[in-house]
Amino acid sequence: MNRLGFSAVSAILFFFAQTSFADWALNLPEGVTKISQNVHGLHMTIFYICVVIALVVFGVMLYSIIYHRKSRGAKAANFHESTTVEILWTIIPLLILVGMAIPATQTLIEMYDADDAEVDVQITGYQWKWRYTYLNEEVDFFSNLSTPQEQIDNAEAKGENYLLEVDNPLVLPVDTKVRFLLTAKDVIHSWWVPELAVKKDTIPGFINEAWTIIDKPGIYRGQCTELCGKGHGFMPIVVKAVPKDEYQAWITEQAALQAAAREVKDMSFDELMTQGEKVYKTNCAACHKVDGSGMPPIFPALKDSVIALGDIAKHIDIVLNGKQGTAMSAFAEQLSVSDVAAVVTYERNAWGNDKGDMATPKQVKQQKESGK
Amino acid sequence: MSTAHDTHEHHGPDKGFKRWLYTTNHKDIGTMYLLLALGSLLIGGIMAFVIRAELFQPGLQLVDPNFFNQMTTMHGLIMVFGAIMPAFVGLANWLVPMMIGAPDMALPRINNWSFWLLPFAFGMLISTLFMEGGAPNFGWTFYAPLSTDYAPPSVTFFIFSVHLMGISSIMGAVNVIVTIFNMRAPGMTFMKMPLFVWTWLITAFLLIAVMPVLAGVVTMMLMDIHFGTSFFNAAGGGDPVMFQHVFWFFGHPEVYIMILPAFGIVSHIISTFSRKPLFGYTSMVWATASIALLSFVVWAHHMFTVGLPLVGELFFMYSTMLIAVPTGVKVFNWVTTMFKGSMTFETPMLFAIAFVVLFTIGGLSGLMLAIAPADFQYHDTYFVVAHFHYVLVPGALFSILAAVYYWLPKWCGRMYSETLGKWHFWLSFIGVNITFFPMHFIGLAGMPRRIPDYALQFADFNAIVSVGAFIFGMSQLIFIYNVWRTTLGGKGEQATDQVWEKPEGLEWQIPSPAPYHTFQEPPVVK
Repeated sequence: MNRLGFSAVSAILFFFAQTSFADWALNLPEGVTKISQNVHGLHMTIFYICVVIALVVFGVMLYSIIYHRKSRGAKAANFHESTTVEILWTIIPLLILVGMAIPATQTLIEMYDADDAEVDVQITGYQWKWRYTYLNEEVDFFSNLSTPQEQIDNAEAKGENYLLEVDNPLVLPVDTKVRFLLTAKDVIHSWWVPELAVKKDTIPGFINEAWTIIDKPGIYRGQCTELCGKGHGFMPIVVKAVPKDEYQAWITEQAALQAAAREVKDMSFDELMTQGEKVYKTNCAACHKVDGSGMPPIFPALKDSVIALGDIAKHIDIVLNGKQGTAMSAFAEQLSVSDVAAVVTYERNAWGNDKGDMATPKQVKQQKESGK
Repeated sequence: MSTAHDTHEHHGPDKGFKRWLYTTNHKDIGTMYLLLALGSLLIGGIMAFVIRAELFQPGLQLVDPNFFNQMTTMHGLIMVFGAIMPAFVGLANWLVPMMIGAPDMALPRINNWSFWLLPFAFGMLISTLFMEGGAPNFGWTFYAPLSTDYAPPSVTFFIFSVHLMGISSIMGAVNVIVTIFNMRAPGMTFMKMPLFVWTWLITAFLLIAVMPVLAGVVTMMLMDIHFGTSFFNAAGGGDPVMFQHVFWFFGHPEVYIMILPAFGIVSHIISTFSRKPLFGYTSMVWATASIALLSFVVWAHHMFTVGLPLVGELFFMYSTMLIAVPTGVKVFNWVTTMFKGSMTFETPMLFAIAFVVLFTIGGLSGLMLAIAPADFQYHDTYFVVAHFHYVLVPGALFSILAAVYYWLPKWCGRMYSETLGKWHFWLSFIGVNITFFPMHFIGLAGMPRRIPDYALQFADFNAIVSVGAFIFGMSQLIFIYNVWRTTLGGKGEQATDQVWEKPEGLEWQIPSPAPYHTFQEPPVVK
């Protein structure tokens, strides 16, 4: 009878655990690397030790609260010291701690061994996007949030991967030791993918190291975890782990695509405007707003602005080189020359700005190379 | 000469505003500190409401991300420097002289000044909200270079206000130390001092040791921002990580500054309402001292992810885990004090028991955070937010509330309303847990801290957290009403001199309400 009751209760508990775990993530993911599984094991062990300690301490407390209360006629004892007990409850916790420290140390030592990596990726944090540079390959790109602003502003229904989706994910091969070299361009960011158990700060002027071996193909999402300004909540990380041969094919294809994009070609006004709108929404709209109205005084409006309606060379210059002492960063490294030409053209001819002129990729290239 | 002396001896408080502006009386100054802390608690609480309202649902509804960052920053700064710390200084002012049998603090004019710096410091800090470019938006930990090269112009006012708070804290700490060393009643040896006095003495030494470090780090920021130095600018040969080392060398002892006096308070209350002497007084003193010493060698556990070398990582992991030992001793001592006692559960005792339980939960999650490889997953997520709110809200703040209920009858001579006190306690207890317990889960599930908007899987818990925060915040109004009704409202029955059943300590030997001047003649402690 008792046994039946017990199984019924555990079945109900199990059912709830299953359903609620699906909808409401409650715990660390086990992840898809050996390290992440070790970390998860470590986490659960320490958690259970803490639960046991809590049960003992709170149990004694609850017992006293129930049985040693004045309203039950309890008379206070008068003991107030016992060296034996004091020594005992110093030594026992110490031993428990040593027990915790040993597996933690082992895992930590493993995590610090970044030798013999087959693929090296440099990760650079920018306000508010990530740049992935595949060292030894001709592949280098930025990864931006791809959730539309309308979803963030509640004008549209939110998608399944709201705020956890990007235009260009980091593609990595499975069963391969990948080493990450992490740094930042402006402020400190932190690159975290829970399923890989990799979290490392990206710090300007420093290069940090981390590594992973992903066991399973799949898409793993994470976020920036160091406050880096206004867009801190809007620079997710998406890792796409693929089989090795697929990875090789992807690398080859990307290298070719990027080489083609570096070619300077002539573009029509309409082409520039279409591409410009896309570039603007990804790179500029967070501060200067989709309608060019900005957020003065820190982020000035581009609609009717002196620069967007003034000398085109100065306009190109501020996009390429940024403006010292303000939040405007330099885009020379981040955008291709055709992207810069497109976005400058767009800014001069959108939202009622009516300069009618256009910046050509050639012009931008020239200005970029002359360094002005 | 002698007449002048006599009038000085017997005069009461001045009338009106001058009484408060010129006062050198420890009780008046204590009251002002407590009121300032209450005001800060309300302002910081309103900011918490803004944060929780924005996070109630996914998407941006009420504030833009930049203002959200200003709110998280100011909420942290105001709660730490404006609410918790001044509240403990206020309690020290009221209680330390009464507990050691001294007529006042040793340096009464410095006492006045250290209080009156604070309204200006916080006025300046809050005024940044209305400046062009907005208030500081780089988190209460203000990591460079976000707080230097990328900061709004108001950062300079922030730096100046931190300097003022630092000067005030150092003077307050010097005052506490000098008072305790020189003005104890005859017969009160160090090992006979009440625990609140002991914990504050150790806290004061921590303050003197680390506030100058904070002053140093903000001065380096000031130099970087205005005078072209590059302490924290990598491009100029500086080091952004050094900022974190210096900041946390201040910051970790600061955490204990905010909890050690709470240990003292809770020890008094648990002993009184268990009607049993505190178990292990001596070990309590030693545990407090060891926690304080250890607090200087654990700072980099806040920085496990900055890329410390392996040896550094291991050192800070072990030293941090070690803190669990003296902290455990304290918790075991409190539980043993209750064991075989004769307990009653008046409001101060309820808050003290809740303190022990919830602080222990915060301590255990702290132990989890100490494990460096696991911390890589917890770091800068809501798990950390849950952890430090468990030690600061049902930890430090509950101990302050407990202290106010416990000593208020002594201060004003009337009993607070026990019914309202119990309502306040239960609503706070429920509210605090609804607010902070689910944060553990959203943190483990992967929600970073300090984000204004979040992915959809965190939505349900965030809604619950926001409801809890509302319950917790609003229930503090009961407290304010209860205190008002007992003091200015003039309601509540007359308190006896002892107030409670045989409490220990010199403060219970003087009349209730405590006269304006107490212990003009020092009592003799046997």
